[in-house]
Amino acid sequence: MYSYDHYDQAMVDARVAEFRDQTRRRIEGTLSEEKFRPLRLQNGLYLQLHAYMLRVAVPYGTLSSAQMKVLGDIADKYDRGYGHFTTRQNIQYNWIKLEDTPDILADLAKVEMHAIQTSGNCIRNISSDQYAGATPDEIIDPRPYAELLRQWSSFHPEFLALPRKFKICVIASDTDRAAMKLHDIGIQMVKNDAGEVGCAFYVGGGMGRTPFIAPQIKAFVPLDQLITYAEACLRVYNRYGRRDNKYKARIKILVHELGLDEYSRQVEEEFAHLLNQDIEPPLAELERIKAHFADPAFEQGLSDDLDLSNPKFARWVKANTAPHKVPGYTIATISLKPVGGIPGDASADQIRLMADLAKDYSFDELRVTHAQNIVLPHVKKADLFVLWEKLVAADLATANLNAITDIIACPGLDYCSLANARSIPVAQKISQRFTDNGKEETLGELKLKISGCINACGHHHAGHIGILGVDRKGTENYQLLLGGSEGADTSLGQITGPGFNEDGIVDAIDKVTDFYLAERQEGERFLDTYRRLGMAPFKEVIYG
Amino acid sequence: MADPQFLFRDEAASAPAVALSAFGEDTNATAVRIEPGEDARALLPHLDRLSLVEVTFPAFTDGRGFSSARILREAGYTGELRATGDIGVDMLSHLRRVGFDAIAPATPLDPAEAETAFNTWPEVYQATVVDGRKPIWALRHGL
Repeated sequence: MYSYDHYDQAMVDARVAEFRDQTRRRIEGTLSEEKFRPLRLQNGLYLQLHAYMLRVAVPYGTLSSAQMKVLGDIADKYDRGYGHFTTRQNIQYNWIKLEDTPDILADLAKVEMHAIQTSGNCIRNISSDQYAGATPDEIIDPRPYAELLRQWSSFHPEFLALPRKFKICVIASDTDRAAMKLHDIGIQMVKNDAGEVGCAFYVGGGMGRTPFIAPQIKAFVPLDQLITYAEACLRVYNRYGRRDNKYKARIKILVHELGLDEYSRQVEEEFAHLLNQDIEPPLAELERIKAHFADPAFEQGLSDDLDLSNPKFARWVKANTAPHKVPGYTIATISLKPVGGIPGDASADQIRLMADLAKDYSFDELRVTHAQNIVLPHVKKADLFVLWEKLVAADLATANLNAITDIIACPGLDYCSLANARSIPVAQKISQRFTDNGKEETLGELKLKISGCINACGHHHAGHIGILGVDRKGTENYQLLLGGSEGADTSLGQITGPGFNEDGIVDAIDKVTDFYLAERQEGERFLDTYRRLGMAPFKEVIYG
Repeated sequence: MADPQFLFRDEAASAPAVALSAFGEDTNATAVRIEPGEDARALLPHLDRLSLVEVTFPAFTDGRGFSSARILREAGYTGELRATGDIGVDMLSHLRRVGFDAIAPATPLDPAEAETAFNTWPEVYQATVVDGRKPIWALRHGL
């Protein structure tokens, strides 16, 4: 994976010094909260309901075990012994003190980490496929391109006061595991007819209160024009994105209001101009970065045989592992969705244990997934049983990847100052109900996502089943959505009808899943049955 | 018109800046002011007669002026490029990077803090071309 040279280290160190100074000025009172706010946000520091929250960047979701270990230590030293992995592959801490923050950033910098641009109206941490570099279904490892974009977008002087936040995702597989088309810019690495690698650009996707699936704006941008093209997309947005209404300020609204053709025309014009400005890093820089992502020293000729005589182990293997590109290896996902737990939470001890396991069994590497789980990307099948036993002992062996209990949930009203309703208790109830009644395994793949307000941090639009918490006359109310997806077949869920209270929403999900089990045809997932039958019969079983 | 608190050229322009809307009719004007919603490219046919372009930042959270500045420098404008308005100390390094060579904050900034701020970045990741700094990728590859 990528490691800093002295330039990268100096930039991150400079950022820590800058923020230390800003924090000092804030505490001394020479910097007002109004002026400080965008500065702290661009260092990942939010003011939540009860305390500051710090969001630490995990670029494209990739971590070393030394980095993971420090994340655990920070949870102990500065928080209450927990960390929360997020839908943008980052980690956040919910009980942070302002005066500690510069020291936390300094601790992070020692292991080549930071909280740069994890919030605020700027280009955010670049996300990617959690199986990058390990999966057989990618055309190339997408992370070097994400790293190139990370450096370009860090402290880009023109794009630090954008109309709104800006999220970029880079993938290299048709199997989209990163919700690429729901980003401000989604990039898919592709090959053209000549076999050359380039980038397909999708612009203007997003969730929030007005969800859009990003349309493709350019089918092939050559690698030696990648930064220039991205810069053109951003410049048009910075100049013409709406600033009169923060709810209409994302690039998706600009693309929608101008129309794809007009936005695209403006980008092309800017692109043609910028091509003459000599702003593109040379391909040698990409080659330098790519060398960091070379395969680890996989053993060759290993067997794919696995003893599955232990039924619990067999179930975990079936649910939580995915094919690896090298024979004898597998990709193992550690679920952070224990029954009745808080989705994405891990204790400091669990975080350190996962770091150790990565060191012993996965070439020192971990990934954070947008579904708030942790991946060990390169596990030898011969080691898998021992690994699983260690996960079991740490309560990390829940076998529910992509099941109805593998819930994405935002922090909700328990932590977030924007929320209208709690998300976590609903997730806990669903997880408990569908484990107790045994339906979880029968249902197979069923992606359930919960947001505590229309900002949609819990991706409810993209859930096969989505739940949206709203405030109805002072009480928490939950709307049900069906038919969303964040995969290669991205679609947006539709609201079924009137909302429910906390128990009512769990009952409603019980009903729609019963209906699915009764109606499903061979091989159909919940989503497939819903797409075949449409909303009406599902509505009938809920409200009829 | 505020005199710049920070100047990175020999002397500040003295001509009063006219609004962009008036500039088109006033063929003698040599100084112009552009607001965030105005298109800096409207000035491109007139660059050779301009000695001052003032770019306003009515709110420090509105970053359109950064693009305006860079567009003018990319087009070869060499006169004074002055940032005015709601400018905090933490914007200074970025203003320099997009080509401003004069900065006139509405509220004067602490000189020592400003000095630190201008020197925030040991190196830079991007080629903005207009600030004369070699980006890190160029240094890495001896370009």
